[in-house]
Amino acid sequence: MKEKGWKDIPLGGLILEAGNAERYKTGSWRTFRPIWDEEVCIQCLRCWIYCPDNSIVVREEKMVDINYDYCKGCGICSTECPVEAIKMMEEGECLAKKREGE
Amino acid sequence: MKKIVALTGDEVAAEAMRQINPDVVAAYPITPQTEIVQKFSEFVADGKVLTEMVRVESEHSAMSACVGATAAGARAMTATSANGLALMWEVCYIAASCRLPIVMVVVNRALSAPINIHCDHSDSMGTRDSGWIQLYSENCQEIYDNLIQAVKIAEDKNTLLPVMVTLDGFIISHAMERVELLGDKRVSDFIGKYENPHSLLDMENPVTYGPLDLFDYYFEHKRQQVEAMEKAVEAIRKVGKEFGELSARAYDLIEGYQLDDADFVTIALGSTAGTIKVVVDELREEGVKAGLLKIRAFRPFPAQEIIQALRKSKAVAVLDRSASFGAQGGPVFLEVRSALFQEEKKPPIVNYIYGLGGRDIGVKDIRGVYENLQRIAETQRLPDTIGYLGVRE
Repeated sequence: MKEKGWKDIPLGGLILEAGNAERYKTGSWRTFRPIWDEEVCIQCLRCWIYCPDNSIVVREEKMVDINYDYCKGCGICSTECPVEAIKMMEEGECLAKKREGE
Repeated sequence: MKKIVALTGDEVAAEAMRQINPDVVAAYPITPQTEIVQKFSEFVADGKVLTEMVRVESEHSAMSACVGATAAGARAMTATSANGLALMWEVCYIAASCRLPIVMVVVNRALSAPINIHCDHSDSMGTRDSGWIQLYSENCQEIYDNLIQAVKIAEDKNTLLPVMVTLDGFIISHAMERVELLGDKRVSDFIGKYENPHSLLDMENPVTYGPLDLFDYYFEHKRQQVEAMEKAVEAIRKVGKEFGELSARAYDLIEGYQLDDADFVTIALGSTAGTIKVVVDELREEGVKAGLLKIRAFRPFPAQEIIQALRKSKAVAVLDRSASFGAQGGPVFLEVRSALFQEEKKPPIVNYIYGLGGRDIGVKDIRGVYENLQRIAETQRLPDTIGYLGVRE
């Protein structure tokens, strides 16, 4: 996306369109990635309650995924999980692992 | 209908605020501004204005309340001095950056320490880069006129910036002078109604003020503010002219006094300009071509007007009522000399820091400045660039 110049944006940094924060993906800020183990998860949904970025994807009252587009890697989900179903892994390590697999 | 009254600077500021009848006033008392808010509170208590008066716990909160109110679509005003303005600092930048046309009276007072309640310009000069328009007033009449114009300048569609109207603490704030007032209706017709097209209370069109703005757009928003300040020049001129039609007192960014053919020019702002006019009259009678260049709008800085006005001068002195520690002179001097730098033909220019902490400046001091200017023009030599007028060695 080509970013707009100063003549073409609303004055004063105002956002005139409600809900457009969805288009601002903050996942790239992450250093540690939460890795969810579905086998261990007891579906208590504490991670969903505590996640400050709405990054726990829940369908039909069940946690199904983590949205890495917005997860900033704060690790609250991992801390709050009572059964250690979410482990934090350094992004670099994740990348190395991914490469190994290839 | 013209009404002639005798009021102090603070009282006339309160009177202008009564006629402006803002939706919200949020303020905290501080000497020598206190009487403005005190008097205005009486107007609120007596039902003479429809204003919602917010009695805040600090100046930081006062400016914050004004920011919130203006974003919600209200016309908001406040007043402060010195350390009160310093406490507002952070929110002053936010008000300007959110493009909220707040009008604030600043009764100039020296910043601590040591603690001092008297006039200098260190408070408002410190905020000169905050994005506020600054109008300096010479006397009680100008406070009244500037405040009414400030509302219109701030809310001009091409400006949308907050405006600070300053007056010299005690020298003007507590001095009673003759003032001509306009009728209430003429004032309200002149300023019209404030309409914020992006009100926070507009539920149909939700808007976010002050979101996160990083390296991708912050720079563009600052560029817009630079542009707005440049556009404000036109707004100040236009409103000054319109106000002249209304009151027979037209205003520009600068005011010249015996300036057209002046050889020796002193530049000043605020009440000292009045004292200088007395000296100019005396010198003219003695055959010295003395003149005064009074800066009314310090932000935006009227560089072109000043360059133009100094074309014929043989020597220029800039009087600064605040020091800029470690700089090449006071803030006014820095601007003026910088404006002249690119000119091929420019007069020798000196700076005088004066009046800090309310140190009086008299006719004798100013005569001394003109004498120095004549010596400089004669010898074509600058003794010291910066002089300290009235300080004991």
